[in-house]
Amino acid sequence: MSTIRNIVVAGLGGQGVLKVTDILAEAVFRSGFDVKKSEVHGMSQRGGSVSSEVRYGESVASPMVPAGEADVLAVLDSTQVDVAKAVLKADGVLITPEDLPLDKLQNPKALNTMMLGAVSNYVDIPVETLLEALKANLPEKLHEMNVEMFNLGRNSR
Amino acid sequence: MSEKMLVNGNEAVALAALDCHVDLGCGYPGTPSSEILDEFARLGGSAEWAPNEKCALEVGIGVALANGRTLVTMKHVGLNVAADPFFTIAYSGTPGGVVVISADDPGMASSQNEQDNRRYAVSAGVPMFEPADSQECYDFLIEAFRLADQFRSPVLFRMTTRVCHSKCVLNRHGAGLAPRKAEFIKDPKSNVMVPAFAKLAHRRLRKDLSAMAELNETASWNKLIKGSADLGIITSGISYQHVREAAPEASILKLGFTWPLPEKLIAEFASSVKRCIVIDEGDNFLADNINAMGIRVEGKDQEFRFGELNVTRVRKLLAGDNTPEPPAAPGKPPQLCVGCPHRKTFEALRDLDCIVSGDIGCYTLGVMPPFNAIHSCVCMGASVTVGLGMRKMLPESEARKVVSVIGDSTFLHTGINGIVEMVYNRPAAGHVVIILDNSITAMTGLQENPATGRKLDHTPAPAVSLEQIVKGIGVDNVDIIDTTAENEKFKALLQERLSSDDISVIIARRPCILAAVKAKSYEVKK
Repeated sequence: MSTIRNIVVAGLGGQGVLKVTDILAEAVFRSGFDVKKSEVHGMSQRGGSVSSEVRYGESVASPMVPAGEADVLAVLDSTQVDVAKAVLKADGVLITPEDLPLDKLQNPKALNTMMLGAVSNYVDIPVETLLEALKANLPEKLHEMNVEMFNLGRNSR
Repeated sequence: MSEKMLVNGNEAVALAALDCHVDLGCGYPGTPSSEILDEFARLGGSAEWAPNEKCALEVGIGVALANGRTLVTMKHVGLNVAADPFFTIAYSGTPGGVVVISADDPGMASSQNEQDNRRYAVSAGVPMFEPADSQECYDFLIEAFRLADQFRSPVLFRMTTRVCHSKCVLNRHGAGLAPRKAEFIKDPKSNVMVPAFAKLAHRRLRKDLSAMAELNETASWNKLIKGSADLGIITSGISYQHVREAAPEASILKLGFTWPLPEKLIAEFASSVKRCIVIDEGDNFLADNINAMGIRVEGKDQEFRFGELNVTRVRKLLAGDNTPEPPAAPGKPPQLCVGCPHRKTFEALRDLDCIVSGDIGCYTLGVMPPFNAIHSCVCMGASVTVGLGMRKMLPESEARKVVSVIGDSTFLHTGINGIVEMVYNRPAAGHVVIILDNSITAMTGLQENPATGRKLDHTPAPAVSLEQIVKGIGVDNVDIIDTTAENEKFKALLQERLSSDDISVIIARRPCILAAVKAKSYEVKK
């Protein structure tokens, strides 16, 4: 099971943390991997800390990323870095909003798709598959803007 | 008709219910179970929200007495409410199938306790499945209905937060069950639990449980993984997933049907390994029961009784390391939304230095700063009655400060009884109940309730009137007010009611800001 990739997205309720991991998990699934996605619902809607995890590989057992084993930690709100960082590997990749071209962000609600673009550089999933999954998870009128934000994020790394 | 898909446990249950031709899904929303019925309805199944879990189970029992198949969903604490019918239907059984979903919440992501509902299976004498992922949610639900058909028995389907809300790959093979035909056969000896008949039914129940235990010895529900002869692990549910990762070399007995237990299978496994340890989230349910059979297995230290297990904790458990873990970094706690209609209500309660008996819902967040305006919270519906008890015990000057606050859905769940109690056994200085009516069941994800005027699928329904209910029970004053738009008026009204000896209900009515947007889309739909 050493070949499992662990991606964690953290942020605050309302930032679209769960949406990003839904898109990512679907893209991974479409690429033929075994995948598990975990999250905790409930009070998340009320602006509190939220995190969600995607694990994929040949065979995934636990849906939860063990502490210190995340390959990528993407944080949508800088205040949440300290809350979430225990999950990251010593040599793991941390991406925060400061790493993104925020001046080009057309709508704060699309920060999650811009972040997904940045994360896409660290997952071995074809970019077309990621974009297909993105479109499948968003209403059509939002496709163009979100694809643009995704590409900006992707090209920022 | 095989289909591969990525779904969470709740969605897998809904798919299985569809493939089993479940005639009616009924339940009360509660995290982490709420999405099951929403999804079942979305897929074309027939589903309803009941006012509470007891009502839901009883409607389900009626369906099954009429030979139908029913799925009854609730969170763990919901089964406390539904326990009364649950215990007795175990005796009588039903010709159709009743499967009760108990979605437990170890770690209390969104609950007031972390009770382990596997104890209910033992206590009531109800067989129990424990799925470990979406595939098992799907497969075991079909098996549960098959077992229900075979034994006339209700079945407890015990899920946990991580099973409900984790997405994994499901092979929906579609090998479900044939539909059942509606009919009612008058059979009082089986279905009327008066003592003479219940005595017979109890004997039948124990006999059936023995037969199920025997079936469980060889059934496909349990999985044996041959590994090292040095280490054997007995586990169930989500813990199995952590075990596979933490100890890939171990021999594993993974139990999918955890009541009644397969004694011979367990004994054989335990004797085949040098060290046999039980990895069990929540109570020491498996270890206690296995040790009681006289089979020696290791359980877990008290330290692991708290919260969820995970791979790291399972590694510690296997290493016998019981040292307390470092506390997790404190995240940002949830807050009442900006623009939430409850905010102005709690500000007033705080400013008047009220003693507030609270209830279960978003508004329990009134406990947080800057409001600090919830001072007790026990269970669904308790705000009214706990407030009454405080009023009866405290000296008059303090008693006059006591206010009960309860949401619209919670009021309809079990708050109505409290109003009856208030009218019947009224405190000397009266009492004030505020119904925080945001016209939706917000906390669990904006589900409908009997007062919203919409059914589970958001189509129009008759709306139950909160004001007519409390007037009908006989309270002295009923006021309806928007505490945001009419804030000064509300504060004056609250003071007036607190200073009188009347029993008063104030309905603070203003829609949830999150629900308002959704409600508009429903109007377009019809």
